[in-house]
Amino acid sequence: MANKLINQMGLPKYIANVFTARNITTAKEALSLTEFELMEVLDVNLAEVTSAIARISEITCPPYQTVLSLMEQQVQKEHNGGHLSTRLKGLDDALCGGIPFGVLTELVGPAGIGKTQFCLKLALLASLPEAYGGLDGRVIYIDVESKFSSRRMIEIGSKSFPEIFHKKGMAQEMAGRILVMRPTSLSEFTESLQKLKISLLQNHVKLLIIDSMAALVAGEQGQGAPRQHLLGWHISFIKSLAEFSRIPIVVTNQVRSQIRDEACQYSFQVQNREKALHEHTEYDSHLVAALGIHWAHAVTIRLVLDSKSGKRFIKLAKSPISPPLALRST
Amino acid sequence: MEVGRLPISASLRGKLISAGYTTFASLSSLSHSDLARDLKIPESEALEILKAASLNCGLDKPDKSNVIVNGAQTAWEMLHEEQSFPRITTSSSDLDNILGGGINCKEVTEIGGLPGIGKTQMGIQLAVNVQIPVDLGGLGGKAVYVDTEGSFMVERALQIAKASIVEMSNYTELLKKKNRVCQVDIQPTDILDNIFYFRICTYTEQIALINYLDKFILEHKDVKIVIVDSVTFHFRQDFEDLALRTRLLGGMALKLMNLAKKYNLAVVIFNQATTKYVEGSFQLSLALGDSWSHCCTNRVILHWNGDERNAYLDKSPSLRSASASFSVTSEGIRNSASNHKRIKLM
Repeated sequence: MANKLINQMGLPKYIANVFTARNITTAKEALSLTEFELMEVLDVNLAEVTSAIARISEITCPPYQTVLSLMEQQVQKEHNGGHLSTRLKGLDDALCGGIPFGVLTELVGPAGIGKTQFCLKLALLASLPEAYGGLDGRVIYIDVESKFSSRRMIEIGSKSFPEIFHKKGMAQEMAGRILVMRPTSLSEFTESLQKLKISLLQNHVKLLIIDSMAALVAGEQGQGAPRQHLLGWHISFIKSLAEFSRIPIVVTNQVRSQIRDEACQYSFQVQNREKALHEHTEYDSHLVAALGIHWAHAVTIRLVLDSKSGKRFIKLAKSPISPPLALRST
Repeated sequence: MEVGRLPISASLRGKLISAGYTTFASLSSLSHSDLARDLKIPESEALEILKAASLNCGLDKPDKSNVIVNGAQTAWEMLHEEQSFPRITTSSSDLDNILGGGINCKEVTEIGGLPGIGKTQMGIQLAVNVQIPVDLGGLGGKAVYVDTEGSFMVERALQIAKASIVEMSNYTELLKKKNRVCQVDIQPTDILDNIFYFRICTYTEQIALINYLDKFILEHKDVKIVIVDSVTFHFRQDFEDLALRTRLLGGMALKLMNLAKKYNLAVVIFNQATTKYVEGSFQLSLALGDSWSHCCTNRVILHWNGDERNAYLDKSPSLRSASASFSVTSEGIRNSASNHKRIKLM
């Protein structure tokens, strides 16, 4: 939308010509200038600039929908109202049906807790035919740390869905729907993402898993800028990918230890700093999710995997649909 | 130079000046055909110049009315106006108290905080609450929800709409007992139908939308709140030219303020949190820099206070800074209760 050409917007001929003569061809270039700058550059008066900008804005602006029609679209067209069921009843109920389409869901947890296992299970669930609650589509699994094990996945499949997997050839077909990519660097990952955008819809891909996001930046050279800034473009690209294709995207993230003096307060809270420092060591633990605040803002749902005294929990830490809760999981 | 103020093109202005017309007085006694001949321009353009000059002249002379300066209002009239417009409740009475009753119309309110604190929840709650009928003390208006991050979830809007209808029916029951009659016959789908949703994917679309809102609201006069969730997202993705960013943001803030004043609606914009190095340590603050923090009329920061969600009124033209706690429940934003605490990471 931002790159719409001005000469195709139906502006009066002479204004369109003036824009072209001054080398302002796309909506983005026109809207990045203030009205007075445009007056100077185009050599026309204010009234004409205002009406031209109003017209350009109207065309560049995306169409609106009422929330009711959004909901009707979701309910009618999409499987299970736009959710991928995880087969964990408590989680599915909390998430109104399962992992939602069109947004980023993050899995955070310390090493060895079972993030990759959970991803394998989701990949399997998405590849199942609709009769068994799956999405009947392909899955793209981006495996950065080489943790994908097809043997383990088929084992999970045989245990959880014996009726399907013992049928002849089904295991092969299900496994055949899962495409594993192994980028070795951030730039390779970037390239694959761009190619993915085109092929997603054509190839009936119904789920994208990135395991793990933190590992992608771990290997890159810092160069002074904090590592999470490297992912700036990727974050918005992945989000837009999720939305245009209306598929769920699941990303795993690591944890890191919290630095003592870390920013956790606003300036108006600093007056109570002494007292607060004491309280903080009680509430916050020493581990936080990696990748920083910017990433945390971009993620819509955050699932935290944790274990306490031998029992495993899945906690719903950030979700626009439900209050935080913790569930036992096996 | 007076003619420098005219909203005409640079080349016309140049011709005026080189022909010797630098003040409005010099133009006042001229006819458009004389001017056209003098400057060697078509008569229509000369007419335009003279029209613009006379408009400008009009601004300098005071109007013969009670108001000394054109376009001004007395403070007394403003007070009356303010009191006649109900505020939009946030559904948490503690929060409403520090806000002076709720979100104010005709003003821009910025709400910021860390991820997961409840900004989108607040946005959806306000989009539903603006629709509370006038009989029940609300505005009975519609909402525009501008989503830049894709965090709006339809299922959640439905949940909040249903809970809001239950609250409204309880309130009408209460009013019936006091012999005040009013009928509330709204369905959750009606509430969803009154929220106009825009999904923005780049900063260009964001600017285009804010320009277009002027026309949109002209066509949908019952829109009473515009929610932008969040204004930051697209401006944080490696924007190389920071001076351009500041200019664009300033322009946007001005347009939103004009929108709020012109159509008497509330504008609520959400901001993200970032870290800032101040006085020898890192602190949290809202994103987009210091120049942006001047742009909004009101500022509310949502933060964690131990395990509770708090809202701190950081900036307001008439209310004092205060803090209130609230919680996010399955029904929406409510006063805080003991069982709605933050989940610990580990």
